[in-house]
Amino acid sequence: MLVSYNWLQDYIDLGGVTPEELADKITNSGIEVEHIVYPGEGLKGIVVGKVESCAQHPEAEKLHLCQVNLGTETVQIVCGAPNVAAGQKVPVATVGARIANNVKIKRAKLRGEISNGMICSLDELGFDHNFVPKEYADGIYVFDDEVPVGADALPYLNLDDAILDLDILVNSAHCMNMIGVAYEVGAILDRPIQLKKPVVAESDQLASEKISVSVDAEQMVPYYGARVMNGIKVAPAPRWMQLRLIAAGVRPISNVVDVSNYVMLEYGQPLHTFDFDQFGSNHVLVRFAGDHEEITTLDGQLRKLTDEDLLITNGKKGVAVAGVMGGENTEVSSDTENVLLEAAVFDPISIRKTAARLQLRSDASSRYEKGLDRNRVALAADRAAELLIQYAHATVLKGIVEAGERTVAEHQIMMPWQKINQVLGSEFAREQIVGILERLNFKVNVEGEIMQVSVPARRFDVTIPEDLVEEVGRIYGYNHIPATLPEGTSSHASLTPYQKIRRRVEGLMNGMGLSQAYTYSLTSKESASSYAVSNKGIEPTQVIWPMSEEHAALRQSIVPQLINVAQYHLNRQMPDIKFYEIGKVFLPVKGEARPAEEEHLAGIITGKRTERNWEGDPDTVDFFSVKGIVETLFDSLGVANHITYSPSKREGMHPGQTADILLNGEVIGYIGALHPRVQKNCGLNETFVFEVAIESLLRHGEAAIEYHGLPRFPSTTRDIALVVKRTVAAADLDRVIRENGTPLLKSVQLFDVYEGSHVAADEKSMAFSLVYFDPERTLTDDEVNVVHEKIVSACAEQLGAELRG
Amino acid sequence: MLKEKLLELREQALSNIGSADGLKALQEAQIRFLGKKGPITEVMKSMGKLSAEERPIVGQLANEVRKLIAAKIEEKKADLEAKLLELKLEHEKIDVTLPGRKIATGSPHLLASIIQEVEDLFIGLGFSIEEGPEVEQDYYNFEALNLPKDHPARDMQDSFYITDEILMRTHTSPVQAHTLEKHKGVGPVKVICPGKVYRRDNDDATHSHQFMQIEGLYVDHNVRLSDLKGILTVFAKHMFGADREIRLRPSFFPFTEPSVEMDISCFRCGGHGCNVCKGTGWIEILGAGMVHPNVLRMSGFDPSEYTGFAFGMGPERIAMLKYGIEDIRHFYTDDIRFLKQFDRA
Repeated sequence: MLVSYNWLQDYIDLGGVTPEELADKITNSGIEVEHIVYPGEGLKGIVVGKVESCAQHPEAEKLHLCQVNLGTETVQIVCGAPNVAAGQKVPVATVGARIANNVKIKRAKLRGEISNGMICSLDELGFDHNFVPKEYADGIYVFDDEVPVGADALPYLNLDDAILDLDILVNSAHCMNMIGVAYEVGAILDRPIQLKKPVVAESDQLASEKISVSVDAEQMVPYYGARVMNGIKVAPAPRWMQLRLIAAGVRPISNVVDVSNYVMLEYGQPLHTFDFDQFGSNHVLVRFAGDHEEITTLDGQLRKLTDEDLLITNGKKGVAVAGVMGGENTEVSSDTENVLLEAAVFDPISIRKTAARLQLRSDASSRYEKGLDRNRVALAADRAAELLIQYAHATVLKGIVEAGERTVAEHQIMMPWQKINQVLGSEFAREQIVGILERLNFKVNVEGEIMQVSVPARRFDVTIPEDLVEEVGRIYGYNHIPATLPEGTSSHASLTPYQKIRRRVEGLMNGMGLSQAYTYSLTSKESASSYAVSNKGIEPTQVIWPMSEEHAALRQSIVPQLINVAQYHLNRQMPDIKFYEIGKVFLPVKGEARPAEEEHLAGIITGKRTERNWEGDPDTVDFFSVKGIVETLFDSLGVANHITYSPSKREGMHPGQTADILLNGEVIGYIGALHPRVQKNCGLNETFVFEVAIESLLRHGEAAIEYHGLPRFPSTTRDIALVVKRTVAAADLDRVIRENGTPLLKSVQLFDVYEGSHVAADEKSMAFSLVYFDPERTLTDDEVNVVHEKIVSACAEQLGAELRG
Repeated sequence: MLKEKLLELREQALSNIGSADGLKALQEAQIRFLGKKGPITEVMKSMGKLSAEERPIVGQLANEVRKLIAAKIEEKKADLEAKLLELKLEHEKIDVTLPGRKIATGSPHLLASIIQEVEDLFIGLGFSIEEGPEVEQDYYNFEALNLPKDHPARDMQDSFYITDEILMRTHTSPVQAHTLEKHKGVGPVKVICPGKVYRRDNDDATHSHQFMQIEGLYVDHNVRLSDLKGILTVFAKHMFGADREIRLRPSFFPFTEPSVEMDISCFRCGGHGCNVCKGTGWIEILGAGMVHPNVLRMSGFDPSEYTGFAFGMGPERIAMLKYGIEDIRHFYTDDIRFLKQFDRA
């Protein structure tokens, strides 16, 4: 909402309050003034001149030689505007003046003729061309005759004004009009406001003889009022009105159109004028449109309506989309003589839906949507009538023809006045509270502890006691409210076990050299379907109306996003990277719109294992680097004993270098190399990834720590080298060894794997270090031998292992 | 005679030991003088020829000489060994200015660090950490927060819908509603809710279709706006420096009444006005307010018995302000050169 500081003074004395101070006070009371514009800023030396004579320039067809009276002197000015003429009063930039864009006016010679200044167009004085009235769009501005010659021109062009741009949110719609702003500023400054009641000199003829009104959708149209006016002469509106409209960001069109816009800006009540001669009947019927009913609106567009749209009709066909836009067939034109003026109240939600569907947001529809003063509707019709009589020669027929209630009762709020102090933590006296509410022009009646507040309809946003708390708080200023600490129940707080572990996992990942990434949950549909730990083959969850294909579906895995991160770094000459992310993945559930959400941990590594240094080039990462990361993780979480790895084939992964991670036999993740084809497509080097469903892994928190006393007896270590077929997995040997070593076998460590000339071509040798231990005594060689031999023979039997000689 | 011989041997031995230039020479001297066939042994063997008076005297002298030589050899040996070691160590000298073998650690994400800092502060103030789903029901995202289906404020946050009733949450406030419901009308409820949120925005330097939010909620008997002011003052001083001041400006959110916006005094210029605070001396940090009675009622709390405050902040905004980061997209590009700078954040 653009608020003219000068206009506002029609209603309230702003003496001693500069526009900046006013803006600060308004902002601090709840409506942000985004900025202040001084339209005359930088202009100087602009005076009102009178064109005494206007002759053709002898050397140039399009130029005029004007003798212009500046009050103190008459000077010659060369003017190129087509509309310049003798007798006009015009804005003149004198020699030495500054016009828009800081252009300085000098004495000049144009085709041999001296020019002592410049007659200005509105554009040259800094007006936005979009708001310049048509009659001045291609030439100089011409004043009306009342303006005194020689005077500073700026006040007569409203260029001594300051325009405050108020950011109106849903709760401040009452300030979408000048009267509302006046009430607000009156409360803030604690000054009275003066409003004039419009006076309409009606003719004797009854409007009801010309028109009748009925509403077929009373729920949606609480009030519809119509005035009929005859004998109108369509012409430009007066200068002051044009300038106020321009200041408010509305282009002046004609007196009839401008009056309805002006009243909307002043009262907040949208009005619509129909050319009554084109109306097509003497009956207004407001109803829902029929499905597929059509109307051509003012902008020439054919609009298809639905049965949810409110339509103004002449009983047969539509003449306006209610509250949104008028119809082309009844538009006011330069020939219009008789008009029907509509002042109505429509349901905000209905208007909002229609405006949104037709993509027709206008100043009118946004006021209907956000709410208006229910009790100002007839006043607005009167105000328009008053102005049209004055500026468009209108004869206003007697009475408003209406359907519905013209006014509603004020809203009553009862509350203990102390509640305001209780909620704010303030210590206002009763008189202070009442005083602030009265500044807002609310009527207040206190009986004992209870306060009854009568809230005018213009403050439709104030409905409950809490709203009054806010009014008192914001007008008084929150700065004056103390800062306290809560006195309530003391409570203790800590991280949940999962939150605690998650933080440890983050620390662990950082410690292992992985940096933390945050990537987007929304990704392309293809990417959303790939790399899931468990892909059930259901389509990924998709948003209805994505911003782009890139962010259209919810990820089922973090890995594709980490691949992008790797690619990003590789493209910028950073080939050695290690990243992890902890975040939600979204797993579609059959028959449900909502996916299941699981927090996963994923990582990606590529390039050198460590930083390159003076000792030589470090090796590049490989499968066992990535496996080491998850193993370290599982060790640290105390779940390593429940985890197994099994070779697996996964889309996009290397078929021979990928393993599922199983927790007690259930797949909770995977590790492996990206498929060479994927690497090639993405321009990546050898890259390894992992993903773990960390939330399900840790769902039950961590196992409790069990303390064991330090060993009092020594352990015995035996190494064993077993030759097996290459197809035998290390994990199988490890398992058979452990199964057969209980209870004395304490630990098993694989320390060598050999393939080569000392074993057969299809065989390998694996050497394990086995530690035997009994907490109660020192083991004898014989005891160890028994177990050790049992292990060897079990490995031989189950896996064909032979002791290496 | 023997006595003189012993004294002579002593002189010889001491001179020999003294001039030994290595362990080998010293060992030779040891064998020569103290060996089984050495001269002192010889003297001891020939003592039988001496008279009973002389024998103990010469015997004692022989022992003394032997001991002395042995001691001197040990002394010389230690001396030589020390020299050798010194020599050896001299050879082991390295360039101590060569870089060590570092363990390259990864960097935490700046947003994670900020969130953790806020979490820790509020845990200290007795707030627990609640998390909730990122794909929400319209009811929790809007309706339970006093934003019925046709509320005009829904325009303020265009949303990614999945169906008419399911959407990507547009703020972390639905966690408020879930948490209140869980407490079944009984306070206190004191939580912080960090998490990702989503809005239909085009990504540019100041907009991101995905970003983080931290919501705070405190509902109890007699919670006051002044308490909100107190808690936010603690927060502002903790995050932005002990000499920060705060101010509350009235604002509008559908789920709070009254609603306020919190500014802090500019940490760059201290409030005199600079380009960080756009000359105003104040920087807008977060939105807050007293929980709207409709929100309490809908989640099972009696607004005549309970009041509460809520606030919501953007970790990206806090990070951008604090470090002068110019582009919100940096947080989601994960450029290691960006992340590394905030290792210690």
